[in-house]
Amino acid sequence: MQLESMYQEIILDHYRNPHHKGLRDPFDAEVHHVNPVCGDEITMRVSVKDVDGEPVIDDVSYDSLGCSISQASASVMSDLVTGKPVGQAMAISQAFLDLMQSKGAGVAAEPDDDVLEDAVAFAGVSKYPARIKCALLGWMAWKDATAQAMEVGQ
Amino acid sequence: MTDSPAHLDVAHLDVAHLDVEAIRADFPVLARTVRNDKPLIYLDSGATSQKPRQVLDAEREFYERHNAAAHRGTHLLGEEATDVYEGARAKVAAFIGAEPGEVVFTKNATEAINLVAYTLSGVNGSGPVQVRAGDEILITEMEHHANLVPWQQFCQRTGATLRWLNVTAEGRLDLDRLDSMITERTKIVAVTHQSNVTGTVTPVAEIASAAHERGALVLVDAAQSVPHQPIDVAALGADFLAFSAHKMLGPYGIGVLFGRAELLEAMPPFLFGGSMIEMVRMEGSTFLPPPQRFEPGVPAVAEAAGLGAAVDYLTGLGMGNVAAHEESLTAHALDVLRDHPGVRILGPDTTKDRGGAVAFEVEGVHPHDVGQVLDELGIAVRTGHHCAWPLHRALGVQASTRATFYVYNTHAEVDELADGIRYAQRFFGVRS
Repeated sequence: MQLESMYQEIILDHYRNPHHKGLRDPFDAEVHHVNPVCGDEITMRVSVKDVDGEPVIDDVSYDSLGCSISQASASVMSDLVTGKPVGQAMAISQAFLDLMQSKGAGVAAEPDDDVLEDAVAFAGVSKYPARIKCALLGWMAWKDATAQAMEVGQ
Repeated sequence: MTDSPAHLDVAHLDVAHLDVEAIRADFPVLARTVRNDKPLIYLDSGATSQKPRQVLDAEREFYERHNAAAHRGTHLLGEEATDVYEGARAKVAAFIGAEPGEVVFTKNATEAINLVAYTLSGVNGSGPVQVRAGDEILITEMEHHANLVPWQQFCQRTGATLRWLNVTAEGRLDLDRLDSMITERTKIVAVTHQSNVTGTVTPVAEIASAAHERGALVLVDAAQSVPHQPIDVAALGADFLAFSAHKMLGPYGIGVLFGRAELLEAMPPFLFGGSMIEMVRMEGSTFLPPPQRFEPGVPAVAEAAGLGAAVDYLTGLGMGNVAAHEESLTAHALDVLRDHPGVRILGPDTTKDRGGAVAFEVEGVHPHDVGQVLDELGIAVRTGHHCAWPLHRALGVQASTRATFYVYNTHAEVDELADGIRYAQRFFGVRS
């Protein structure tokens, strides 16, 4: 069965014990995103700090309701971007989007786990088009919140 | 097969209301295998129904032998196409107890409801009802978005106030305040006949009676009832009634708006163009009487042929038998899921005034994940809010998994659904 290829143990772990969950202060921007097809939703806050003149993701906090893929993805995402320079975090976000849009090719091609780390576990999702939006919900919310946070900074 | 009344207390009767094996042989898609070479168990007819050969053949035969533009030709094919189109209209009318002139072909139920909401809001001229700022439109929390969002827009356009009946925890309409919710200012009451989530069959006749006493018009969303039970528009008290072909074994792209003759007569057109005009000059145009007034553009005759064949197929089964078969499956589903650990059924726990949509929650497993596991087992259900987001909020859930039953489903498939849920619970570790 292909179920196990999508529902990797890492994903189920993050689903049961999501990292960084809960809304925290202070924050620079807050967004609310929804998947209109299924009703999954996420409220996400991002705070950005200045480290030697470079913007760095200080904290990502969120509240959300949704399926195992969307919840686990938000959790893995928050691990990946927290503490990284915004530019680097955005590059990771793009790599993840590429993996999701790879239509299963990402599984065979062995995605770069130096860049994506635990997020490579989501490679199997690309074979189930209906779930891609689930995996991307948290990432899209984070990108939106971060973009808004950067504007606030300016 | 003899016809029998709907809503019998028929749980687990050995009587077969339908010859399901023979029916299944008419549906080519049911022979497929899906994921992991599993046979298709299609429990998503609430989203769209599968089509019997007879419907597919009718469309194909129309294109192969009778295709021409209806209502235009002076040639033989044009006559034949017109006969097919008007013949389908007559069949649909008889199916719901209406006159042919009261049947307007639209794209689907959603468009039919929009047609009423637009024209009655006065955008294209005055009609049978004047709606002023402060007047009221009454709907319910149970509505599918198709019978909800157009009325929000109607109220924005006219300044009317949108009010709604609430849903009880059991998934029925709360009618305690019906008399106070319908006031002298209520102009339109729009209500679903059968919920696509909870299966609840609402007391439309009672609501219509109260509405008419106060001079309000009644629109019925029958998208989930026309396919599944015998319908008589007069008995329901419907002034307008909407449904779609694709949910009743027919093709996409065609639906029906029933409107009482005197109402359609008084309504301005919705969409304009060819086919609905009486006379056109550069300075202005006049319009045909109903139903053509509301059917712009070249008629969708092939789709009408398919819908006509669907009506024939269902009439051949007997809608009483269809309803009784579904009631039997629903009773079975409620029985196996009621006592299933970790499963909560949304909606009434009985088949009384309850049709074949069974939506449920599985504790600790999100509907998407339930649906994914069922998909691996070949079982097709729907997950999410099923275009009834406010209903889900009213029932206190974010989203649900929904199985819907139709003429080609079997009791064995209900058992497979229960087994699949158990498998999902084990996979996600919420059950040993």
